[in-house]
Amino acid sequence: MFDNVWLIPLFPLIGFLINGLFGKAIKEEKVIGGIGALMVFCSFVVASMTLFKMISLPGHERVHNVTLFTWIKSGTFQADIAFLIDPLSCVMLMVVTGVGFLIHVYSIGYMHGEEGFYRFFAYLNLFTFSMLLLVMGNNLLLMFVGWEGVGLCSYLLIGYYFHKKSAGDAGKKAFVMNRVGDFGFLLGLFTLYWYMGSKHGIWTIQFTELAKHAELYPVGGVVTALTLFFFLGATGKSAQIPLYTWLPDAMEGPTPVSALIHAATMVTAGVYMIGRMNFLFIKAPETMMVVAIIGAATALFAATIGTAQNDIKRVLAYSTVSQLGYMFLAMGVGAFAAGIFHLMTHAFFKACLFLGSGAVIHSMHHALHHAHSHDDPQDMRNMGGLKSKMPMTFLTFLLATIAIAGIPGFAGFFSKDEILWQAFANPHHGTLNFALWGCGAIAAGLTAFYMFRLVFMTFFGDCRINPKCKDHLHESPMVIVFPLIVLAFLSVVGGYIGMPKIIGELLGGIPNYFEHFLAPVFEFSEEYVKSQAHATAHHSLVLEWGLMGVSVVIALVGISIAFVLYIASPSLPAKFTAAFPALHRAVYNKWYIDELYDFLFVNPCKALGNFLWKGFDVVVVDGIVDGVGKSVLGISAALKNLQSGYVHNYALSMALGVVVIIAFYLFR
Amino acid sequence: MNDTILSLTTFLPLLGVLLLLFIPKNSHGLQRGLALGVTLVTFLVSLPLVTGFVTNAEFQFVQNIPWIKAGPFQMNYHVGIDGISIWLVILTTFIMPIAVLSTWTAVEEKVKEYMICLLLLEVGMLGAFVSLDLFLFYIFWELMLIPMYFIIGIWGGKQKIYAAIKFFIYTMAGSVLMLIALIALYFMGLKAGYTDFSIVNFYRLPIDPAIQTWMFLAFAFAFAIKVPLFPFHTWLPLAHTEAPTAGSVILAAILLKMGTYGYVRFAMPLFPDASAQFTPLIATLSVIGIIYAALVAMVQEDVKKLVAYSSVAHLGFVMLGVFALNQQGVAGGMLQMLNHGISTGALFLIVGFIYERRHTRLITDFGGLAKQMPIFATIFMIVTLSSIGLPGTNGFVGEFLVLIGAFESDLRWYAIIASSGVILSAVYMLWMFQRVMFGELTNPKNQTLSDLNAREIAIMVPLVVMIFVMGVYPNPFIDKMAPAIEKTIQMSKAKQQVTVAVQPAPVVPQAVPAAGQSPVEIK
Repeated sequence: MFDNVWLIPLFPLIGFLINGLFGKAIKEEKVIGGIGALMVFCSFVVASMTLFKMISLPGHERVHNVTLFTWIKSGTFQADIAFLIDPLSCVMLMVVTGVGFLIHVYSIGYMHGEEGFYRFFAYLNLFTFSMLLLVMGNNLLLMFVGWEGVGLCSYLLIGYYFHKKSAGDAGKKAFVMNRVGDFGFLLGLFTLYWYMGSKHGIWTIQFTELAKHAELYPVGGVVTALTLFFFLGATGKSAQIPLYTWLPDAMEGPTPVSALIHAATMVTAGVYMIGRMNFLFIKAPETMMVVAIIGAATALFAATIGTAQNDIKRVLAYSTVSQLGYMFLAMGVGAFAAGIFHLMTHAFFKACLFLGSGAVIHSMHHALHHAHSHDDPQDMRNMGGLKSKMPMTFLTFLLATIAIAGIPGFAGFFSKDEILWQAFANPHHGTLNFALWGCGAIAAGLTAFYMFRLVFMTFFGDCRINPKCKDHLHESPMVIVFPLIVLAFLSVVGGYIGMPKIIGELLGGIPNYFEHFLAPVFEFSEEYVKSQAHATAHHSLVLEWGLMGVSVVIALVGISIAFVLYIASPSLPAKFTAAFPALHRAVYNKWYIDELYDFLFVNPCKALGNFLWKGFDVVVVDGIVDGVGKSVLGISAALKNLQSGYVHNYALSMALGVVVIIAFYLFR
Repeated sequence: MNDTILSLTTFLPLLGVLLLLFIPKNSHGLQRGLALGVTLVTFLVSLPLVTGFVTNAEFQFVQNIPWIKAGPFQMNYHVGIDGISIWLVILTTFIMPIAVLSTWTAVEEKVKEYMICLLLLEVGMLGAFVSLDLFLFYIFWELMLIPMYFIIGIWGGKQKIYAAIKFFIYTMAGSVLMLIALIALYFMGLKAGYTDFSIVNFYRLPIDPAIQTWMFLAFAFAFAIKVPLFPFHTWLPLAHTEAPTAGSVILAAILLKMGTYGYVRFAMPLFPDASAQFTPLIATLSVIGIIYAALVAMVQEDVKKLVAYSSVAHLGFVMLGVFALNQQGVAGGMLQMLNHGISTGALFLIVGFIYERRHTRLITDFGGLAKQMPIFATIFMIVTLSSIGLPGTNGFVGEFLVLIGAFESDLRWYAIIASSGVILSAVYMLWMFQRVMFGELTNPKNQTLSDLNAREIAIMVPLVVMIFVMGVYPNPFIDKMAPAIEKTIQMSKAKQQVTVAVQPAPVVPQAVPAAGQSPVEIK
């Protein structure tokens, strides 16, 4: 039925091969970029057809495995190159190919004139290919192939400007931190495979097989251990505490990369993975709690850092970390569909924000370049008043900002509100629920604050750029603006397919289409939660409306503070930082977490390596080996003296020998 | 034809040696061409071994000819291959032309002697892999040592004499013990009525576990030095850094495999009880090697030393898989031997390329080469990723099977620690790559470097192709190995079960995992 889905990853792979092998010879930017974007568009078309076919099927017939060939088979272990097509992978396919296509188009304009244009598009296609493998793989190992593949592309693209040391460092940091996560992923895989095999004779790593036997997993115990391993993997890929520090540094890559990889798709892989294995996580209450706490903490923590950054992309990077925290919070409270929903809406508005910031940086860069100014084109302190210079960029950016701030009616509101409500009302975490909700709500206020701070500093007020450059600021070409418009449109309307129940009922019984569509994937978990006795908590409608009101008020407060500080009386922020210098320094320096990690891990490892090499290898092992050699030499040198060739020496030793022997017999 | 093809493959390089003797001293081009031709023909001749190989557990292409008879001693020219040795033979014939081609411009002095050494080395290595007579194996094993000694000692770097002697003595120390054990084994065979050194006979020999311990130790020591297993590894970084490029390539790609091959072919199936007894020790040393070598590799200043230490870490994975003693683990270990041969061989070639251009291997002397040498950068990147074990490359499949095999066996905790090696390998490889290839091209000496030439690309392309072939479609390789591995596992286990079965079993046999009850518990 879904026999042609292998085309979806194949197209970008072809694009990668063409541009990677022949891109240098092709030279023509339009051809290279065209091939890159066209391939992803082809995937998008096939993915859309798959989605429509899926919708036409009844709910229980929506899970399909499509096997191509056996990849590795050894003993009991088997992994196929095979794809899993179900509602969850359909949603992800649409996000990856849809948003991916728009970003490819945008890149044609943004990367114009860059050295290594072909290399960029080859990597971008390779990324899309890997991401599609990750999403479509029907077993853990194929998912892991995509998982590592996107990590590689992220590494290559962060280090795209490899002549800059900071870019190389950032790429390496991203790869290594992701590897820490991969270590967790692998251990999770091993534990799951070994447990199911040795305990139940089910040697499999295939998702549908694993899900089929979901009732066999015990609650807690080994399942807690293996889900924690998997979650470690997720914290690496999705930049959660404690492995989040690579993502802000990843902004060294070109801006379309930040939009595609470090906002819309790759970093959401961890959320997708938990969604894919929800039947395991739901059986591990301790893991669920860890996921929820880490998610809420990350949402809040990253938001605090976001309030003090001056680099426009860094603000968005911390915002991404924070929003990913919301998604994990959703997963941790068992609101899987809500988490995936936020994943989707976030892809729309965050991609729009990143691409918009890219347009701003692009324009700033050209203007500064014209005037031979060395000011930083990404520093918001050099911007201001851009709304008249770049009206379309401003408008789309504003819409996406409203969406992320959680203003009712926009996409971000629906998804975030659902998560906050579930955090409050879920049956899993008891008294912790209020704290989870509180973290999320405060983070929502901070989000509104730092996003509007960004908008005000960039687009409003006086233009602070070097006066010589002012006239060179201009709106971007259509190839850049068009994706912005589409994404802004989606940021506005994208939420209506997943309206929370109470709003839908108010509007005359509009169902939550999104949740409904995903229901087959999360069926087991839903049933399992219902079967638990304590799961019957009921909350009043008044409470739900009330909480919704609170979160809207918090968002408005955040916006108002931003307005006061950055529009009404712009001198206030300086006074504030002067009043609390230590706090500001700590927040501005990201709470010194990088320095802490250097101190705890990086430096000790290097010291240990040096010690083992120069201390153990050279001194101990070689010391023993050379010592054996030298002592043989020494002994033979000593023995050599015995054979002196002088007769009187021999006579003396003979006489001594006789004396010793006689003495021995006399005195024994 | 079918039964002589193995001998033909093994001794073709010897024919090349004979021909080389008649070539005038100064016609270097002809000498190189001949050596390349001979190694290429050897590779082509070895290919029918794959196509004609029947996937079963038996030895194939067998030749058994009486050779030396002295009193009760009967030594036979007994050769053959099975799933365990077939790919190692092919790896050898595959790597040799590449190694010869890599010395085209690197070696200018005594070219003839150099080529003779390389060809003799190939005879020794192939002979060791195909020998089914322990005595014959020993002869080939020692034969490898001599040309390698000369390659390091004559064509090596500054400390070549020290390195060559250290390499020689380390290896000899092991070999002597192996020889003693081998003779003891022969006398035990004699008692049981076997008059020759055929391992097929020795496999059937019941040996008292107490004696097994000593004999295993003797064999294991010799092989542990070759692998090299921590803490017997210190000869390796030295030998690698001092050896010329081709020497390093062969050393890493094939010679080290002698050690791991020795465990699979001899030490484990011959002395199953002892090998079970020593499994925790060897697994411990393997895991220490993985972590230790990675940490030491991280702080190396010399690229070649870094790659040498990475070898120690990779071979640690091989050993862990082999001693997991299940299909996945051993297959992963065997596959990892091939992968390491390809990836690390390629890495040494890469180091050779930049050394030939700059006559330095210090990481700090480089930086920003990617801009100057884009083709080189691409190939280097691919090989680096393969060494790190990225999915899609060969390195991943082997490493993964090793780890999952070890996890399934009793070596679970070792597997968990070894898994952290995937983090460390990324650290030291990528950090090195970044410092050599990325950054600004500041050093003026690096600004004039030329990208790879046609010959160098021709050397690398086969390796890069294999990296992807074995990463994307490893099954044909695993398939051919599987039955022989299964047989080896049975032999390495069977005798233990016999000794267990002699005692009355007080508990219900737990061989078959029953639903609801776990035969394997976390220890």
